[in-house]
Amino acid sequence: MGKSIRVDVEYLTRVEGHGNIVVDVRDGTLRECRLEIIESPRFFEGMLRGRSIFEAQHITSRICGICACAHSLASIQAAEEAIGFVPSEQTVKLRKFLLDIEILDSHVLHIYFLVAPDLFGAKSFVPLVETHNAVVRRALRLKKTCNDVCDILVGRHVHPISCTVGGFTKLPRPGDLEKMRSLLLGMIPDLEATVDLVRGFRFPEFERETEYVALVSDDDEYPLLMGDIGSTDGVRLPKKDYRKITNEFVVPHSTAKHTHLSRDSYMVGALARLNLNYPKLHPRAKEIADLFGMHRKVTNPYLNTVAQLVECFHCLYHAVGIVEEFLERGLDYNEEIVVGLNEKQRIPVRAGSGVGAVEAPRGTLYHHYEVDDHGRIVHANCVIPTGQNLRNIEYDMRKLVPEILDRSEEEIQLALEMLVRAYDPCISCSTHFLNVTFVGRENPKGS
Amino acid sequence: MMKAPKVAFFDFTCCEGCQLQVANLGEELLELLKFLDLVEFRETMSERWDGIYDIAIIEGSITTPHDVERIKRIRQRSKTLIAYGSCATIGGVNGMKNAFDLEEILRYVYGEGARFFTTLPTRPVHEVVPVEYFVHGCPVYQPEFLEVLKCALLGIPYHVPDVAVCVECKFNENVCFYERGLTCLGPITRAGCNSWCINNGNICYGCRGMVSNPNERGFLEVLERYGVRVEFLVRRMDMYNACRILKGAGKGHGEEHTR
Repeated sequence: MGKSIRVDVEYLTRVEGHGNIVVDVRDGTLRECRLEIIESPRFFEGMLRGRSIFEAQHITSRICGICACAHSLASIQAAEEAIGFVPSEQTVKLRKFLLDIEILDSHVLHIYFLVAPDLFGAKSFVPLVETHNAVVRRALRLKKTCNDVCDILVGRHVHPISCTVGGFTKLPRPGDLEKMRSLLLGMIPDLEATVDLVRGFRFPEFERETEYVALVSDDDEYPLLMGDIGSTDGVRLPKKDYRKITNEFVVPHSTAKHTHLSRDSYMVGALARLNLNYPKLHPRAKEIADLFGMHRKVTNPYLNTVAQLVECFHCLYHAVGIVEEFLERGLDYNEEIVVGLNEKQRIPVRAGSGVGAVEAPRGTLYHHYEVDDHGRIVHANCVIPTGQNLRNIEYDMRKLVPEILDRSEEEIQLALEMLVRAYDPCISCSTHFLNVTFVGRENPKGS
Repeated sequence: MMKAPKVAFFDFTCCEGCQLQVANLGEELLELLKFLDLVEFRETMSERWDGIYDIAIIEGSITTPHDVERIKRIRQRSKTLIAYGSCATIGGVNGMKNAFDLEEILRYVYGEGARFFTTLPTRPVHEVVPVEYFVHGCPVYQPEFLEVLKCALLGIPYHVPDVAVCVECKFNENVCFYERGLTCLGPITRAGCNSWCINNGNICYGCRGMVSNPNERGFLEVLERYGVRVEFLVRRMDMYNACRILKGAGKGHGEEHTR
């Protein structure tokens, strides 16, 4: 007689957003395995219609509090392309800096608050305050420092203020640059200690090769803010063709859509970026990667957490490089630009279409706007990283569950929760639900 | 010593950035945890609590039938409710959808998947259940949150500043955007954020909601002096304040968008 289990984890915790895992095994056969998203729909793409393109960044930043800067940067890129504005070199560098800090901040949150409790056998960071006080303090310190840097550059991390279409409304003064530099350098000992922490974790052994998708480029810089879209299966397309990458399609058992590229599913995020762009990492980040054997292609999704650690180092040193460059040559303060809602037509506007593609902490994020000749948005689309990963998570679960069926339900449940958390899913981001599977269900929960 | 009060965070329709503002407190958070027993915080905790909450902190707007049921259940189990962040206190950016035909916006975003979802007009929390404290802002301003939390723990009232953002903006010595040829919602928006956006070179978008008794005549004079049409400003206000502006009004989205 085969084993029968039913795991139904409602309100998957320690992910940003609301998710359910449903696994149904009867007589030793996996009948069903899915990740449900029950976040309330928010309709950002619908609400943007009719609004000024100069409001898009402000509004779409509010899609996600965790990666508000990445949404802002994708939005600005799409908006500027749509109206034909080309940002200055200084602006682009500062945006790269901001994205570095965003990724660093988000990865720290994920490693310490969302993953570490599992590996310490705790339910959350709260019991760790007692048992691992130094670790919790280090985590809070790292998080706070990223926040402090963002405060200086863009006013705050959650919903950045000064980074808008056209450039920055306020540029850091030399003292600010010094301060950011010293804050960042001050993080190094804590980050090095994080390496020891992560080396102490035992990640579940599980392999499933898939297609990995991330930005790629021809220059030497690890591409995060700009590039074409590439995959480990050899696909390379300009960002305007993002729909050919995300390929939303209808699955037989559902009218809701999934995404795929060359195979059944693909993965985005830190692990995908490492698999595609390892050679371009900062030397210190490369050393960390090598320490964990990540110099070759990694196919264990649990190791996404380690890939995030590697990127923490890359982003930190890359950001320090930018700040030091500006400390040396100075910033051009004439570039400070206050556009507001472009009432005085400070930035010329034309009708057009633009796509922003940036590497958010969790993977490639797309914003796409079409504007009319008054700069009003007539069409908007956002494709978020978690949406692209959902199908891949389900394929992982389908391979994983039969491999661990001999374990207790609690262990299986934990293994699945840890798998989902390894992807760092940001479900509050799910601006639309096209990637959710609803099996035999008239009306999903939470809708 | 008194038993630590049980405090829980709940998120509804929102970006969860206001919850993140708590994690962003840094080591200060550990000081805070000495005075309360954090029993639920789904974004970073797996723990659940099945008793009475002394303080429930609610993030997000109420936008689905499920939200309505859930907030009512939480209210029944909570001694004190704090609406936390603009989505919860005034509907925030979620309110923008109220200007659209909800069926139409569902189809636009979800296409053939639209039938899986039901959506209600966005409401702030206090329009569904009674609320004791309000922390406005998108996101919340941490010093104000700590102040409100202190009041809630002590059981004393917190009065949201009911003066315009301009008051704080003047203290911060910012040059007025109207003088710089731009419009700004500071003159009619509640203070309490320390003019956060204007300090950083941007305009005020009205995220904390309008003051209860705006100086309409004075503001109309300002608009006239700088040649700004009222409709233009109203159109700007609906980014955060649509729930209030559209309340009782019919659908319609056809106003002018350019000045």
